[in-house]
Amino acid sequence: MMTGDAPLIQVLQIAILLFVAAMALGVVLTRDPTSQAIAVSFHGVLLGVMFFLFQSPDVALSQIAVGAVALPLMILLALARIRKDEAKQEKREASTEERAP
Amino acid sequence: MQAVLDHLPYYVAVWIFACGLYGVATSKNLVHLVICLAVLQSSTYVLLLAIGHRKGAIAPFFADRVVGTPATDPVVQALMLTDVVVEATVMALLLALAVQAHKSKGTLDPEKLRSLRG
Amino acid sequence: MSDGVRRALLLVGLLGFAALFVWGVGGLPPAGEYKGPYGTMLNVSAGAERHVTDVVTAVNFDYRGADTMGEEFILFTSVLGAAVLLKHEEKKKESGEKEGTGDDESGEGPPDSEAMRAAALGLVGLIVTFGLYVVLHGQLTPGGGFQGGVLLATVPLMVYLAGDPKRFLRIAPEALVETAEAVGAATYVLIGAWALVKGGVFLQNVLPLGPSEAKVTSGGTIPAINFATGVEVAGGFVLLLTLFLQQMLDRAREKR
Repeated sequence: MMTGDAPLIQVLQIAILLFVAAMALGVVLTRDPTSQAIAVSFHGVLLGVMFFLFQSPDVALSQIAVGAVALPLMILLALARIRKDEAKQEKREASTEERAP
Repeated sequence: MQAVLDHLPYYVAVWIFACGLYGVATSKNLVHLVICLAVLQSSTYVLLLAIGHRKGAIAPFFADRVVGTPATDPVVQALMLTDVVVEATVMALLLALAVQAHKSKGTLDPEKLRSLRG
Repeated sequence: MSDGVRRALLLVGLLGFAALFVWGVGGLPPAGEYKGPYGTMLNVSAGAERHVTDVVTAVNFDYRGADTMGEEFILFTSVLGAAVLLKHEEKKKESGEKEGTGDDESGEGPPDSEAMRAAALGLVGLIVTFGLYVVLHGQLTPGGGFQGGVLLATVPLMVYLAGDPKRFLRIAPEALVETAEAVGAATYVLIGAWALVKGGVFLQNVLPLGPSEAKVTSGGTIPAINFATGVEVAGGFVLLLTLFLQQMLDRAREKR
């Protein structure tokens, strides 16, 4: 498939494809959302490198800006918001328990 | 061996698709589901990349190269480009939905959120 | 159905799909032998036809401009949906529980750190310049509205990380950001409609093409649409950031 490129580029292309495949499995198997945000950020950087090695610098630029920065940021912000909601609910339950008996 | 190498990007694309779909279907947490959806979408990038790749070609930018040297397919790259940015905002919408679901039901488990009661 | 049964069914389905896919893909030419005439033709003729050197941006905003318009409106709608979801909640909370002090000095922002502040403030100027460069040179070098817009949207984030949520909300006030985003999206459609006025088809390149050696002003409608898209994408991402961050700040203010 990649005869015609320099041999080093061929090897790098195969290697990055295998890394991306392994990282995808790693992201799915990480169950805790907080650590998964970091995993998906690294997956985004690997995808950016893959785009770069396959001669698409435009796509690599937007993938790194979005997939490694903006997407994990929004995931972490949503998680922080959910955690604060949980703390508030627990506080509300604790105060109703005090008043009940 | 050469046959596998010939079609390696396609195999990697279907592997990532299968991983992402497995994660979506067996997820116990809405945020985990959204992230697996993002992984699912990255499989389409690998597929598009494989379609537009040309061996030994340069990137389709001719600021410093002579017009006419073989370059990779620009249409496929244009598709991927807009898709990457739009994916992030769709994920943000889904995360907002997850935050709202947690606020009204108190749980992030898709099993418990199944009924549309109340 | 139980968890184990569902998992087994899923694996069976996935294996079947993968087998079919692998069998089907075997008939394709090896990855790397690209035969499609459209791409080759575009690479050869886009430079002369539109006076640009970045064929991908020309494809995005000129040859396939209607597709990009659709994608941009997907972005606009998603941001709109997220805003409706998160703002509605804010209004409910405000009408229900009123707190004493309205204006806090600093909500629960990131912890104070001199190193973080120095790094963030040092980077702000650099990122603004680089983001504008990427947007404006979209038709010459790798870049364009989408990438530059996302880069520009990280600037208010740097300000927030430098430790001051109040200042972040002041340099990116919500009304301004929403207006900018809407104006960016509308400009795209208006430029396309202007082509109709001039007698061509929707989104035809009817502005003067500029110097034949590709410069920042060449390309006709391409730089204009590029800039509008950059404004829209930056506005969209900053709005998303503001929404999510404000959730955290309001919650923290209320907990006190």
